[in-house]
Amino acid sequence: MCSLINLKNNKSKTKLKYNIQSKPKNVNVKSSNLKQQNQKQTNNTKTHFKGKGTIYKLPIVCDVETLRTLIRKKAARVVDVRRIEDYKKGHIPTAVSLPLANLLSNDSPEQIVKLLETLGIYDEMPVVVYDDTFGALAARVAWTFQYVGHENTSLLEMTYTNWKNLGLEIENRINKFPETTHSLKLNHSIYADATYVESIQNNPDKVLVDSRERLNFLSEHIPSAKNIPYTMLGNNNHILRSVDELKRFVENRGITQDSEIITYCGSVGTLSGLAFYALKLAGIKNIKLYSKSFKDWKALGKPKIEFKDANYWDLSAE
Amino acid sequence: MLKKNEELTKINHEQGSFVKPKENWGLEKETNNFANKVKLYRQGKLADDDFRRFRLQHGAYGSRLRPDYSMIRIKVPSGEMTPEQLEKIATLSEAFSIGSAHVSTRQNIQLHWVQLEDVSEVMRGLVEVGLTTREACGNTVRNVMCSHFAGVCPNEVFDATPYSTAIAKFLLRNPMSQNLPRKFKINFGCCNKHGLVRIADIGLVPDLRDGKKGFRIYLGGGLGAASFIGHLLEDFTSEEQLLSTCMATIRLFDRLGNRDNMARNRMRYLVNEIGWEKFQKMVLKERAIVAMTVSEFTKNLYQVNFDDSYVPLKKSTKFNNLPIVETNISTTSNGYDRWLHTNVVPQKQENYFTIFITLGAGDITSSQLRSLALLIRKFSSESVARNTPQQNFAIRYIYNNDLPAVYKKLMAIGLANPGALTITSAVGCSGTTSCNLAITNSHRLAKEVQRTLLELGFDVDNDLRNSTIKISGCPNSCGQHEIATIGFFGGAARIENSMAPVYTMLFGGNGYEDEGKLGKAIMRVPAKRVIDVIKKIVELYKNEKSSSETLDMWIDRIINNNGNGNIKNMDDIKTLLTPVTQLPPFEEDQELYQDYGNDIKFVAKTARGECAA
Repeated sequence: MCSLINLKNNKSKTKLKYNIQSKPKNVNVKSSNLKQQNQKQTNNTKTHFKGKGTIYKLPIVCDVETLRTLIRKKAARVVDVRRIEDYKKGHIPTAVSLPLANLLSNDSPEQIVKLLETLGIYDEMPVVVYDDTFGALAARVAWTFQYVGHENTSLLEMTYTNWKNLGLEIENRINKFPETTHSLKLNHSIYADATYVESIQNNPDKVLVDSRERLNFLSEHIPSAKNIPYTMLGNNNHILRSVDELKRFVENRGITQDSEIITYCGSVGTLSGLAFYALKLAGIKNIKLYSKSFKDWKALGKPKIEFKDANYWDLSAE
Repeated sequence: MLKKNEELTKINHEQGSFVKPKENWGLEKETNNFANKVKLYRQGKLADDDFRRFRLQHGAYGSRLRPDYSMIRIKVPSGEMTPEQLEKIATLSEAFSIGSAHVSTRQNIQLHWVQLEDVSEVMRGLVEVGLTTREACGNTVRNVMCSHFAGVCPNEVFDATPYSTAIAKFLLRNPMSQNLPRKFKINFGCCNKHGLVRIADIGLVPDLRDGKKGFRIYLGGGLGAASFIGHLLEDFTSEEQLLSTCMATIRLFDRLGNRDNMARNRMRYLVNEIGWEKFQKMVLKERAIVAMTVSEFTKNLYQVNFDDSYVPLKKSTKFNNLPIVETNISTTSNGYDRWLHTNVVPQKQENYFTIFITLGAGDITSSQLRSLALLIRKFSSESVARNTPQQNFAIRYIYNNDLPAVYKKLMAIGLANPGALTITSAVGCSGTTSCNLAITNSHRLAKEVQRTLLELGFDVDNDLRNSTIKISGCPNSCGQHEIATIGFFGGAARIENSMAPVYTMLFGGNGYEDEGKLGKAIMRVPAKRVIDVIKKIVELYKNEKSSSETLDMWIDRIINNNGNGNIKNMDDIKTLLTPVTQLPPFEEDQELYQDYGNDIKFVAKTARGECAA
């Protein structure tokens, strides 16, 4: 098992800047753009005052050290999306529990905003989400938050098991924070439904990505979909690989940075949620999640591609 | 775990220990080159055939009816793999393939259904652990095989592995192996039983003459639509002549081989057309020319590296036959005893054993590969595994006292199935699971045969022990059906006015050096009747056999028309088996007309083969 030291060395990092006085907004925007151009995964922090102390702008993926600092500063809401029983056994300090199933049981935007308020999350508050399912559940929750307008949401770079194995601090108290108010600003640009997916068929600038495993994809998939199995996206210690690797995977497939991508998976958009963030990390700007995925597509009786001329399932040693 | 390692180190120290040389076969720039070529191809800047040739040269074989997916063939020279390599393959399969790896019949490891765009990523990972896919397919010198017993076989005169490695290294990326008329295969044996030396273009068995090391070299063997058993070049070829003999043979083939007719361009056809005596003379003459003209620089590219750190272990005086764990075993024996009897053989090194991991038609999951890697590190004193042409893994240098612990570990990861060294361990090529040429699902059939025969307890039956079952999905012999006691190759036939998958059954083949011969075709059997027919053959044999006669001996007698009971010859057994092969009309049982793994009507679909470039 790798030590925290190794982990740190493997990452490109910028030092967190605490208590920096607010800067003019345009400067921040510029530096942020510059960093995106450099395509480095950095702890790009933006600070400004809003009567609630310093607010940090989180990157797509939040590394361990950043999260620990945020926890110490009480400057972020940590969201644990595992089952409640697992949460009760131990979790990352200050984390609140939001099992994915609870979120999915009623995922109308109004209900999601209510959830944010119950968890004590206000509009600009940095939110870090984690799970113990290679990042897929956390990704689905993070995407949902961003869809209802909570932009400042980030995925913890590793799973709870990784965190625990590194010997990092955990606690088992049930955290509750005062209720807040949160506005609802739907971000339609990251959402896709079946009608939308159908409309992009034969459009070469729009790429449909199926993030299920290879054999499931071969069996049946939405016409024109390309397969990027979720298994490609992470490694043992990180829910998502390095930016360089992810960029190479995308480039190998001939997908350009200015393409629009729609991701989907089997049923509720977890695997494709992870793919959503992987592609974002790889520098793709315009990505949508077809959150209801293939299950919805099939239920609607839409056409699919099947491949029955090979017995590939018989290769599996399971 | 640490404690255990310390103990092992101690054992090694006392018994003699060695560190394996780590060969690096990979070349990083080839991975970027491959990625770039895929891009050019996708942009339409590279012609189909040019790209195909390039792809095959780099070990990516097109998948069944889907050229946008590849089977990646990882070359494993001598079948020798480190735990790190097994772990890397596990990770690569999970990320880019299907979460399982497949052991081929030529000591390659194959990853199936990899998207063409990801092949370079798999290659990149392989290079990190010293592996390559270079020249694993195409018209090249393929993976150089070496008996998995080499170095531990009680009947070998010396370990052929360093020679096998040296030849593989010399020929890899060598300009002389890049554009042959067709693929070229080299197999090293250990003794006259193991190593499949008679079915390779060049087969070599270690030999000693007056204390001098050398080989018995066989040329022009090979299996396929038409198969041949290799010819002995000369009584004895000294080790100094090994390189020049191999070079001379490849040069002759390169010069004279048929480049026009793809169905007839393996070297065995050339040998057959020219005639062995003439070809033999040509090789010897060419060898003299090679010996005189090859530069020192070239010769120095061939280096046989013996491991200096090797301290010979004490030689066992107890065993001189493989396999040999003799106990009265039955299906009611406990699992460990059954496993010992069918999966473990003693080595020539006293107190050391080689254990076999029984796989189903060569398939192993990524998590099993990882657990296996841990097990090898912990228990094998040489700390490597060898994969075998029977599509299993051999883990060698397991210390006597560790056997129960090894079995327990294997149990925990689902790899303790018995029968690895028996008739139950059926070989099956990939068939319709991934191959363009396949007509039938030989892969699944091999797994079904294995499962059924284990249930019937055929693994503990000493009468059946030396017999083999090998299955190919088409007449091209990747499943090596022609050297099986009972072999099968797939086809399609009209039965009762409906198409059905059928297998042609062959009897009496074997891949030994001393008596190597090809099986004889007996009859056709519908796919769904293959298992019934195997059971019937065993039943007939049990009734007919003379006291100590094993199944393979009895089958030999039948095909030579030497039977002395009710079954005297092939016609007799055919008559008795025919009722078992009958199918009811299609309307009565449609399932019997379908292939394994399918619930749709059988259709024979094939596409262009990928064997040649």
